[in-house]
Amino acid sequence: MTTRRAFLGRGGLALVSFGLAPRSLARLAPLANSRGKTLVVLFQRGACDGLNTVIPYADRGYRAARPSIAIPVPRGNARDAALDLDGFFGLHPALLPLLPLWKDGSLGIVHAIGSPDPTRSHFDAQDFMESGTPGIKSTQDGWLNRCLQARPDPEATPFRAVSLTPTLPRALAGRAPAVALASLRDFGLGASSLAVSRRFEDMYAAAEAPGLRGSGREAFDALDMLRTADPAGLRPATGAVYPRGPLGESLQQIAQLIKAQMGVEVAFAEIGGWDHHAAEGAVDGQLAIRLRDLGSALAAFHRDLGSRMQDVVVATMTEFGRTVRENGNRGTDHGHASVAFVLGGAVRGGRVHGRWPGLAAGELYEGRDLAVTTDFRDLVAELASRHLGVADLSLVLPRFDWSPERFPGVLRA
Amino acid sequence: MLSAASLLSLLLAVPADDAGILHALNRLTWGPRPGDVARVRAVGLDRWVEEQLHPDRIEDLAVEARLASLGTAGLSTAELRRSYEVPKDAKREMKQKQAAMGDSPSEEQLRAVKREMYLKLLPRMAGRPQEVIDELQEAKLLRAVYSERQLADVLTDFWMNHFNVYAAKGPDRYLLAEYESQAIRPHALGRFEDLLLATAQSPAMLFYLDNWISAAPGTDLSVLRRGMKKRPDPELPRSLGLNENYAREIMELHTLGVDGGYTQKDVSEVARSFTGWTVRGLRTDGATPEFVFVPFMHARGDKQVLGRTVASGGKDEGERVIRLLATHPSTARFISTKIARRFVSDQPPPALVDRMAATFRETRGEIREVMRTLLRSPEFVAADARGAKTKTPLEFAVSALRATGADLLSAREVAERLDHMGMPLYMTQPPTGYKDTAEAWVSSAGLLARLNFAADLAAGRLMGTLVDPASLGPEAGLKLGSPEFQRR
Repeated sequence: MTTRRAFLGRGGLALVSFGLAPRSLARLAPLANSRGKTLVVLFQRGACDGLNTVIPYADRGYRAARPSIAIPVPRGNARDAALDLDGFFGLHPALLPLLPLWKDGSLGIVHAIGSPDPTRSHFDAQDFMESGTPGIKSTQDGWLNRCLQARPDPEATPFRAVSLTPTLPRALAGRAPAVALASLRDFGLGASSLAVSRRFEDMYAAAEAPGLRGSGREAFDALDMLRTADPAGLRPATGAVYPRGPLGESLQQIAQLIKAQMGVEVAFAEIGGWDHHAAEGAVDGQLAIRLRDLGSALAAFHRDLGSRMQDVVVATMTEFGRTVRENGNRGTDHGHASVAFVLGGAVRGGRVHGRWPGLAAGELYEGRDLAVTTDFRDLVAELASRHLGVADLSLVLPRFDWSPERFPGVLRA
Repeated sequence: MLSAASLLSLLLAVPADDAGILHALNRLTWGPRPGDVARVRAVGLDRWVEEQLHPDRIEDLAVEARLASLGTAGLSTAELRRSYEVPKDAKREMKQKQAAMGDSPSEEQLRAVKREMYLKLLPRMAGRPQEVIDELQEAKLLRAVYSERQLADVLTDFWMNHFNVYAAKGPDRYLLAEYESQAIRPHALGRFEDLLLATAQSPAMLFYLDNWISAAPGTDLSVLRRGMKKRPDPELPRSLGLNENYAREIMELHTLGVDGGYTQKDVSEVARSFTGWTVRGLRTDGATPEFVFVPFMHARGDKQVLGRTVASGGKDEGERVIRLLATHPSTARFISTKIARRFVSDQPPPALVDRMAATFRETRGEIREVMRTLLRSPEFVAADARGAKTKTPLEFAVSALRATGADLLSAREVAERLDHMGMPLYMTQPPTGYKDTAEAWVSSAGLLARLNFAADLAAGRLMGTLVDPASLGPEAGLKLGSPEFQRR
């Protein structure tokens, strides 16, 4: 590898004085990633109550199990009741901004999705869902990172994999470089001169600890690219209004990176606060506040990207669902299956995918929770294969017997 | 390439043969200050360690003087609430005004209502509720940088993270100072069972993990008479039932560990045992929330916990469960592993963990003795343990402030920088707390935030922090930002 110092020694100084580092010159070539597709994974940390998010209002077991927090059956266009999707399921009314996307076919839903592992620990379940290996704690990397490993891309930019978080999530841990940045505006070396920046870069290129060395490379490569591009300066498209708060900010910045053609192939964002053990609420309440944020952020993102959404898929995940029965505090405890939203141009939207297991007593997992009928890895397999073009899924999902026949079918083949 | 020790030697002018002392300072304190190595050499490493194991014998006046500058200093929970909490009536009035604004008021409009409320209230308040969290963070940083009881402070941080409580949940911000000073710090080197019991009966934890509202299924409080001696909080919902939140986390996160051998059935049974452990005064303006046991909320009948019978009783059922969990072999192993991970390496040597767990069992959970086993172990002083830990953002920032002899006039800016590094103090929402392994903290954005902190601190650009850039030398920022300084 040519170090910057060696480059400077060979007379590259003139370029540097124009503010262009050598590696960023190479990147003035087309910047979109080689396939031009982007997958955005949005993790709802805390275990979202899938049953009050996409409501199986026609299932007889639903209302009986939730005397104080059930969402009322749809009534025309009433906004204090479920918004009918297909005569069986309805959206939580706080998700109203998503209804047009459902109707135009760009939003699909997979219900009763989750992990086969029985754990009800947030920590373990998130870990399993991000490593992609339920029940196996020794897995070092995350499935999203392995998607990139499975398709090495010599033309990749430093933004091929990006997480809108201050530290890298488990899903993106691994050999393939990935950048973590909570905020594009803060991503930089503020008051330090370029000379100081170069010295830091050299120090980290020589760091003994591989983690520090790798993060250094990712950070400085990304900084180089940001010297010639200004994604943070891009404004949302007309009509795209992101909600205030961390989720809106994350999705807005992902849109900026995509619009600035930074070469984003996978992006990760997260939003916490779904662990509603108490006062979960029904039409209004804690869950409704979160869902309003989620729905308006996704709708703004969709609007902001416009025709670019043809090449983008957003998928939501959450570590598990919540008990079918409400608990003693108008909340719900840790359960099993939940729901996933999949949004984008290639999505077979306007339908709820996956087999509905039902809420009758005999159908419940361990007598209390919605059963998992779609293994989350089947959705991962479909996203990796159909959207990211990964041919060999065995690397992405080791020890998982995947098959296109079990894909939920949420993307067009 | 400079080793971590030799680089620090440069920064702190430490002779190389003091590497052992430097290692101890890197692990048992928040990082060496100029002159610390010489001070430890003068008293002798063993004696210094013994001192640190008995914090009550160490005078700590300097840090107390610094803490006294905070507006919240020395305030009881009740005083804190009277000075900083928005009274319920005012909050209700604001909500009503916001609700009356029709279908979809803009966020600007909603904020205007809030501003109006504060304009009216603030003359009578010491500050906004947010300032309570700000000052919790500042107090924590001041203690870490300036307390002489360094090991006790490091362990207090360790246990606060182990028994994490999120400051932004409801009234928890007002409860955290007392939680730390009464439930955690006095037991940081004491008996684990006392620590566990203190957290279990703390209003902060009872509220955070919802046990205060957990009751026998079908509990109907509306039948209770007013003026009952052991009355539940008047703000409790009338109808209550079982809540598993605390029961699960006390086993998974506080004691046995997720692989410690409990089942869903155990979770439900432990939840039943703890019903009635609640808090009074939590929602009353200016009140001091206190732990109470309310027999009326308690689920009667024997419980089966981890294969043992917890015979039907009252408050004592929870206490028996605490004892069962605190003395369980899985707990000895889980706690020992976590301590070794903090003080030795991300993957602590199993033989060391075995010996620590044995000490834990033999002493019925005396944390000081478990620490002694660790500190006297060859694994702790082994050459490959030196510099083996990557500093968390908090460890990095505090060690840099200590290494530069910085004078923190205000720790506000440091707290905000930690936010950017992904470690806002007292503000991690999940009960798992923060991770203590390198991969959780090494990232591109995190690294840039550290480099900015290093450069700004060394150049005297960190707001509220005084350093003498001339005496630190022109390379100080590079040294503090170096890969070596990210390790301890």
